[in-house]
Amino acid sequence: MGKTLFEKIWEKHIVKTIDNGPSVLYIDKHFIHEVTSPQAFTGLNNRGIKVLRPKQVVATADHNVPTLNQHLPIKEELSRLQVEALIKNCAEHDIELYGLGHQYQGIVHVIGPELGFTQPGMTIVCGDSHTSTHGAFGAIAFGIGTSEVEMVMATQCLLQSKPKLMRINVDGELNKGVVSKDIVLYILSKITASGATGYAVEFAGSAIRSLSMEARMTICNMSIEMGGRCGLIAPDETTFEYIKGREFAPKGNDWEKKKTEWSALFSDGDAKFDNEIFINAAEIEPMITYGTNPGMGIGISNNIPTTETINDNDRSGLSKSLAYMGLEQGKAIKGQKIDYVFIGSCTNSRIEDLRMVASFVKGKKKAADVEVWIVPGSKQVEAQAIAEGIDKVFEEAGFILRQPGCSACLGMNEDKIPAGKYCISTSNRNFEGRQGAGARTLLASPLTAAAAAITGVVTDVRELLN
Amino acid sequence: MKALTTIKSRFVPINIENIDTDQIIPTRFLKGTTKDGFGKNFFRDWRYENDDESKTIAHFPLNMSQFNGEILVAGKNFGCGSSREHAAWAILDAGFRVVVSSFFADIFKNNALNNGVLPVQVSDAFLQRIFLQDNNTELTVDLENQSITINSTGEQEHFEINPYKKTCLLNGYDDIDYLLSIKEDIQQFETLTT
Repeated sequence: MGKTLFEKIWEKHIVKTIDNGPSVLYIDKHFIHEVTSPQAFTGLNNRGIKVLRPKQVVATADHNVPTLNQHLPIKEELSRLQVEALIKNCAEHDIELYGLGHQYQGIVHVIGPELGFTQPGMTIVCGDSHTSTHGAFGAIAFGIGTSEVEMVMATQCLLQSKPKLMRINVDGELNKGVVSKDIVLYILSKITASGATGYAVEFAGSAIRSLSMEARMTICNMSIEMGGRCGLIAPDETTFEYIKGREFAPKGNDWEKKKTEWSALFSDGDAKFDNEIFINAAEIEPMITYGTNPGMGIGISNNIPTTETINDNDRSGLSKSLAYMGLEQGKAIKGQKIDYVFIGSCTNSRIEDLRMVASFVKGKKKAADVEVWIVPGSKQVEAQAIAEGIDKVFEEAGFILRQPGCSACLGMNEDKIPAGKYCISTSNRNFEGRQGAGARTLLASPLTAAAAAITGVVTDVRELLN
Repeated sequence: MKALTTIKSRFVPINIENIDTDQIIPTRFLKGTTKDGFGKNFFRDWRYENDDESKTIAHFPLNMSQFNGEILVAGKNFGCGSSREHAAWAILDAGFRVVVSSFFADIFKNNALNNGVLPVQVSDAFLQRIFLQDNNTELTVDLENQSITINSTGEQEHFEINPYKKTCLLNGYDDIDYLLSIKEDIQQFETLTT
């Protein structure tokens, strides 16, 4: 019987399997950041051991960094101490750090692919649930806890049980105004925030194939929001084209050899999945969330569900969610007043996202009472945006282009949405308090977020395109 | 890691589904560089109004003095969202050794087990039975026999746990101890694959 993409990579990385227990999985690449690594380094130091393979670890500071005036010391003491601990730990353990001020600094899931570290067939981990992003290259990439960060540092291995396998096929053509973020929010609205728990999810089908690498990353990024252990997409010419020539990508003969290896990474025709889902791309419209988990999303022309119409998974939480959001059952979401627009995060902060927003807003002005933050995913994205004059477009529209970091995705650094305010956000989570205590998050694509920035209310971007 | 065999205790019920780790420990409290002290901000934003410790939300179970014990019982899909192990540290620091739910998110489950917190997955029906009990009811979680019992009624359910993880928890072994013990296998694997 044939093998799935996941199985081909998994089997190549098994060091050994414990009887009636998990397997020892070898990890090729380990990304670390300031928030989930300090306790792991302390653990190593307590055991008196060093990082086993420092060359396979890459570090950056992203969660806790300010996105304005990055040349100044970090004001918040605890944030500063965490970033300083990362600098000290990386120096002691001989790990490459792209910290504040470095030309490669940025969100860990943006810089990994951008620098060519992320490659097909790899096993990749990071103490961050959105590590699933890297699966867009045909890698097994997943988030881990800090104890596991310590295990990988100490042994370059993890104990893992093989997950079940799911394939989500998206076929057909996307409608105007519909982008990859809408695909993943649509899938989430169908299968719910726990629909893929226990599964590795492969995304396939003609609509997925037609996407750029950056758009594919957006989809794999949010596979964790379905509960998926990881998300992955088989590599193809689009993948190879993206990787080729990047700083840490294979070069010369090595490149040819790798490309041949990578070309065998796909699910065989007779490979077996535990669950398979089929989605018609033509049915997807621009999506937006109304509730407090990423599965609580609707097409923008639809009304907020009622206790009768909502899926079983979210029924019991609907009233609590809507009370938090200040929204009502059965009402339209279109026209809802917006206070903030956040375009950024490991989901949608790459150059393509910024280009998409810039080409839409060129010559337009933001609504008067809306604050718009554009936060590039990395120093390289920022530099590219400036080189292309995108920064000028944003400035003329009244948007603020900030500096790279996780920013308002997670309410940890200085960028927080005030209590009770509505933020249309291109990030990945609309949990209570995620963007700041009491903040109300509506997840959407960069295009839909940009449309709201111009009108000041939730808007069907299709009405403004032409 | 502290070993766990049998826990007989009253429980704290949080009858809410899809509780994500941002609720268990809000992001702004992840700035510690040690594993201690996270219990203070456990479910912070569901315990206090407007982040104000003088404004306790009276109806939230963790604020109700009639509820206590080492067992937390919560609605399905507990621990979804962020991979932050701080959620498991907060649970432990708040005095819990067992979390009972009808469904757990993957990363949380691993994080809990790596910190000596036992996730007990029960059927929806059994979970609802627990929620119906009064606050004096004790539950018994027996890891060796993989059973959970409502002591007042004798109702019992079996729960699943990976045999390897069970051995670790019964004895207080960490995964890292095991991985360090097979270093030669790992080095041999590296030699063979490069």
